Amino acid sequence: MCLAVPGRVLSISEVDGTLMAQVDFGGIRKDVCLEYVPDVASGEYVIVHVGFAIQRLDEASAIETLANFERLGILDQEFGDQTGAER
Amino acid sequence: MKYLDEFSDPELARKLVDQIHAVTTRPWAMMEVCGGQTHSIIRHGIDQLLPAGVEMIHGPGCPVCVTPLEIIDKALAIAARPGVIFCSFGDMLRVPGSSRDLFAVKSAGGDVRVVYSPLDALKIARENPDRQVVFFGIGFETTAPANAMTVYQARRFGVANFSLLVSHVLVPPAIAAIMESPRCRVQAFLAAGHVCSVMGTAEYPPLAEKYGVPIVVTGFEPLDILEGIRQTVVQLESGRHELQNAYPRAVRAEGNLAAMAMLRDVFEVTDRTWRGIGMIPRSGWRLSERYRDFDAELRFDVADLHTEESALCRSGEVLQGLLKPNECAAFGKQCTPRNPLGATMVSSEGACAAYYAYRRLDLVQIS
Amino acid sequence: MTDLDFENWTCPVPLRDTPTVVMGHGGGGAMSGELVEHLFLPGFGAAGATTDLGDCAVLPAGGGRIAFSTDSYVVKPMFFPGGSIGDLAVNGTVNDLAMGGATPLYLSAAFILQEGTALADIARIAEAMGAAARAAGVRLVTGDTKVVDNGSGDGVYITTSGIGLVADGVDIGPRRAVAGDTVLISGDIGVHGVAVMSCREGLEFGTAVSSDTAPLHGLVAAMLATGADVHVLRDPTRGGVAASLNEIARSSGIGVDLVERDLPIPPGVADACSLLGLDPLQVANEGKLLAFVPAEQAGEVLAAMRAHPYGAGARRIGTCVSEHPGMVVARTALGGTRVVTMPIGEQLPRIC
Repeated sequence: MCLAVPGRVLSISEVDGTLMAQVDFGGIRKDVCLEYVPDVASGEYVIVHVGFAIQRLDEASAIETLANFERLGILDQEFGDQTGAER
Repeated sequence: MKYLDEFSDPELARKLVDQIHAVTTRPWAMMEVCGGQTHSIIRHGIDQLLPAGVEMIHGPGCPVCVTPLEIIDKALAIAARPGVIFCSFGDMLRVPGSSRDLFAVKSAGGDVRVVYSPLDALKIARENPDRQVVFFGIGFETTAPANAMTVYQARRFGVANFSLLVSHVLVPPAIAAIMESPRCRVQAFLAAGHVCSVMGTAEYPPLAEKYGVPIVVTGFEPLDILEGIRQTVVQLESGRHELQNAYPRAVRAEGNLAAMAMLRDVFEVTDRTWRGIGMIPRSGWRLSERYRDFDAELRFDVADLHTEESALCRSGEVLQGLLKPNECAAFGKQCTPRNPLGATMVSSEGACAAYYAYRRLDLVQIS
Repeated sequence: MTDLDFENWTCPVPLRDTPTVVMGHGGGGAMSGELVEHLFLPGFGAAGATTDLGDCAVLPAGGGRIAFSTDSYVVKPMFFPGGSIGDLAVNGTVNDLAMGGATPLYLSAAFILQEGTALADIARIAEAMGAAARAAGVRLVTGDTKVVDNGSGDGVYITTSGIGLVADGVDIGPRRAVAGDTVLISGDIGVHGVAVMSCREGLEFGTAVSSDTAPLHGLVAAMLATGADVHVLRDPTRGGVAASLNEIARSSGIGVDLVERDLPIPPGVADACSLLGLDPLQVANEGKLLAFVPAEQAGEVLAAMRAHPYGAGARRIGTCVSEHPGMVVARTALGGTRVVTMPIGEQLPRIC
């Protein structure tokens, strides 16, 4: 249900009293309504669904999540498989 | 695309798959609620990589699939009216009503237009003041804020020729309905990540507690889905049933307060019939009293419509995870994406269409 | 579990569901194919084509063989990044001939102009056609013009037909693929479709992606000059690589195995598809071709392609197999498999 993708806010402006932003999706540019994430700054990332930013993307969290994936299995290798499960 | 592509990394996927295998000791059945997640699972072949006993049951999280037949028929009736410009997301154009779809209406002369955002429909309304412009406002909680803002703007700028045909559905009541079903086999849920981006996670711990099911908020890219599955299996194996957030980069516990405030203003809860499932109490949103004059159902006289679902179609059972698409007698025969009998075959997220499109080839070995 | 019948996926009476023409019939997918197979060809009867329809018809004439092709161009908007309907009208038909292994010579151009269209726009289109024809080394030798009532706004519809010569010994057609053949693509996919979508009403987005329209007969000549036995050539226009591979798999009675990570999808296309929920394999291409060649000759054909300006990004993307005949299967980056389906009708952006 919810095809939403992360994009970087390039510029912010008011159009007809509505907060809008030009958002960059790796080269694709689209105008996005920022009313629901009004405190986001230029250069930050937002999650965009049907032309609306619905949440700020937490970059630190994204990086940490990927780092966790990298670390997966390392403890198991050092200390052996904790659950005793058969692979 | 940054913060998207990294979450498809095949090496990291391999690690996650290995971890899932390492922690699984028993068979488990979990449901991914969101149609976007179903699509991703089948498109990347994720279910093929899981341990044999871990089963993904596909849930009713496809707003296209569950939009009530009656609303589709109302949409078709409105779109066929002369002078109406009917705007919709692309997904809805091929959904069959009782006898035809929006493409057929377009072919017969209706002005049906695909838009990316509901704001595009408002723009069309302002550019065509002598026409009635209707936007088909379907979706889960993720899409509701966009539709809400559009109606809010319509009121603010006095765009009187704009109206919204609303059919929003809500996830938590659906989870409850599924768990109440006597044949339910679901032991855990992957909650819809972007729904939670908007609504936060507060509604889920009571459900986890009441039904004794782990609920893990999950994203949509391959690594996100695998991580959601991994966290779910870990909980199941240790007998826990809690809410966990496996998509923290896009989901906060409190959700999006600004969006939720707008939703409270523009919509109110209502009973909603889910196509193929039946009436789930308080599982939908309709326009609130303040915005009722923008309600297309009231503006156009479409109250008396006879709706009839195909007797062969077992979408409902598929949507509740009680039937796999290939177990339905009509699958691939009378019912194909080309001639869909029910919504699960139409939508690219629908389980039947996903199975048909990406159907498992267990025989094929690609070296 | 019911037995799945892989042979009979689609309805045996395909046209019964819509009594009128719908947009999907023009999408280049299954619906377009059905219109030809179940309406036009039966209507033409004995006077119609008797062999499998490829991009062009190769026919005996005066001791040699001519290739003959026609195509209509209805793209909206008429002007898009990288070109116009004029470029497509020339290059598209030149390419249809090239896909039959022919040297294109002459084109006709018939115009249906909607009343109210700006003459300046038509002049631009004509200039584009002239430039494209010169670049391709063909001449526009005959044509026609009609005007129709101002219907759905301004517009130009162009039909070009082309003739070319096919040398002795060249036998290229959709039925010739065999198990073991290597599938090659001449460069990045999805480019043209994304360029056009980026300026379509309701979907507009800013992008650097620019149409890849180009004449390919020079590239084909370079490939044939290696002496390799090229089995099939196809330019994957409407319906994308997915449609072309499915059609060829069905015509030849073989299966096609693709490796997803070998597909050359440029970031601009991948991102646009992520944004709109589209599959790059179903997005239209213009100046690109697919080639099916015997495995042992793939290396030399690839080298010849890469040495040509329109084949610089050429790659191996798959193999023909005897399993799952008529179906195209891709190995995903994660190691799973998925079937690449024949697109049904119009490609639509999705929210789900």
